[in-house]
Amino acid sequence: MSKKILYAIFDDDEVLVKSVKELRSKGIEIAEVYSPFPVHGLDHALGLKETRMAITAFIYGCLGLAFGGLLIYYIMISGVGKSWPMNIGGKPNWTFYQNMPAFVPIMFECTVLFAGHLMSLTYLFRNRLYPGATTTSPDPRTTDDKFLMELEIEGSDVEIKKILTATGASEINEKGNENE
Amino acid sequence: MHKESEIRDPLILGNKTYHDITRDIARPVEGKANKYWWILFGLSVALFLWGVGCMAYTIGTGIGVWGLNRTVNWAWDITNFVWWIGIGHAGTLISAVLLLFRQKWRMAINRSAEAMTIFGVIQAGLFPLIHMGRPWLAYWVFPIPNQYGSLWQNFNSPLLWDVFAISTYLTVSTVFWYIGLIPDFAMIRDRMSKTISPMKKKLYTLLAFGWSGRAKHWQRFEEVSLVLAGLATPLVFSVHSIVSMDFATSVIPGWHTTIFPPYFVLGALFSGFAMVETLLIIMRKVVNMEAYITIKHIEYMNVIILFTGSLVGTAYITELFMAWYSGVEFEQYAFLNRATGPYWWAYASMMSCNVIIPQLYWIRKIRTSFIATFILSIFVNIGMWFERFVIIVTSLHRDFLPSAWTMFSPTFVDMGIFLGTIGFFFTLFLMYSRTFPVVAQAELKTILKSSGSEFKTRSNE
Repeated sequence: MSKKILYAIFDDDEVLVKSVKELRSKGIEIAEVYSPFPVHGLDHALGLKETRMAITAFIYGCLGLAFGGLLIYYIMISGVGKSWPMNIGGKPNWTFYQNMPAFVPIMFECTVLFAGHLMSLTYLFRNRLYPGATTTSPDPRTTDDKFLMELEIEGSDVEIKKILTATGASEINEKGNENE
Repeated sequence: MHKESEIRDPLILGNKTYHDITRDIARPVEGKANKYWWILFGLSVALFLWGVGCMAYTIGTGIGVWGLNRTVNWAWDITNFVWWIGIGHAGTLISAVLLLFRQKWRMAINRSAEAMTIFGVIQAGLFPLIHMGRPWLAYWVFPIPNQYGSLWQNFNSPLLWDVFAISTYLTVSTVFWYIGLIPDFAMIRDRMSKTISPMKKKLYTLLAFGWSGRAKHWQRFEEVSLVLAGLATPLVFSVHSIVSMDFATSVIPGWHTTIFPPYFVLGALFSGFAMVETLLIIMRKVVNMEAYITIKHIEYMNVIILFTGSLVGTAYITELFMAWYSGVEFEQYAFLNRATGPYWWAYASMMSCNVIIPQLYWIRKIRTSFIATFILSIFVNIGMWFERFVIIVTSLHRDFLPSAWTMFSPTFVDMGIFLGTIGFFFTLFLMYSRTFPVVAQAELKTILKSSGSEFKTRSNE
């Protein structure tokens, strides 16, 4: 049982990013960083992959567009089931493409509705955010003004602690014995 | 780090640290409400209850209790609806369009502006609901499979477009707002102690959705915000365009106008920013946000008001020109009657409040004064209400048959419902200002070093 978890706390975002770069250039993996706000350049420094949230939004948007189009086609044009082509003000809806201009607003709204909501749900789901969830941050100050770096270490931590102190960590705690 | 030009005025005043921002934003939530808050809250609730009474009377008796008649069959209800929807437009413009344009000054005001949007759209939604007469059948506006031989909505009708546009707008704005709120609720949650306020702690834990601020989560947060802004931008333009089509697709002289969509969108932004100013100038004092909502923010908004106000003025003049140029007698009379007929005073109020008075913002002294801005913003709010009243009532009250010509006078029920929605709006906003983080503090912390006054002077030395 030589696995240890270190929590290094930083007071400044720029110092944190520098430290992350320093550690990673020495081949030390950083398990996680908790910060009170999105730190510019941190995801690159940590080597995080690009997020695919925008791609999901595009897919959901296409889904919404298709849904809106099919819904209107079924209701206004198709004559399938109990529907029939609606004739309003002597202007019958015989074909989809001829009546299309009037359908654009709702097809657009459906696109936005689907893309916006489903992407947001995906975001909450991927981040495990839901009402009733509790925070997984090891230190409550990380939503205020502290930046916390979590490191998993096997073996000796002397070298890593030295780098952390040298690059500006204000506190270094071990899991299970943080000074409260 | 991103450096900002020295010439730009700071957006955060005073010697603030990250912790100061946390403390300042959390203070209204943690502290107790003062006397003025309770007085304002009491007044708003009283107005709201009066409005509820008038709504109940309308629904119980029928819309005959309004001042409508056979000629003027649409008046305050739709006026108020369009007014509230318009007010709702500034919030999304600030949080979405200004995000796409990377305007940093939006960060101090987007949360409250978006709250105002949501509360404004709620008020707007009440009017069609009441106007249905049988609001318990409101779900009939949605295409739900049914047993009436399959009775569907008319997808060619702008009124149904409205249903889709406004439901989408309300729900997407709420989601956009909430995604941004999660990290700020987490900040409040982490400050609450379990022993002093266990109920509050529980509540904010629930609201914060378990946010912990991991690097990957922030990366997703930023992308989701950007994409939502990209979606909300065309959405906000579509909503008021569609509202304008309620009129523009009809054949009533004065309504049947192709410039309505851009004209309404600009009017909406114009009135929305005025309402944001009215609210924020009070709010910054009441909850001590003077360091974050500065005169610079107000000045930026005043510039937008000046710009949109001038464009709205151009639209008014274009309408008059087109009426004359069309050569259509009915069209010409509709506009002549609008400006010089029995409702000339409404037209004159609209013109002076929306076109002439905002021109004062060319003067720097007025543009950078809280008091002048507050007074002018009230004028714009009134002027924009009159704009909708003028468009709706003056186009109807003298129709094609002179024997049917009439005037509209509102009853106490019309006024009561309108005042009630104002009360409801302020009730919601006051409750919000005591329980929500009123400034997007996580976002604000990202610009502290580039736009904070202390950091700016230090980097110049």
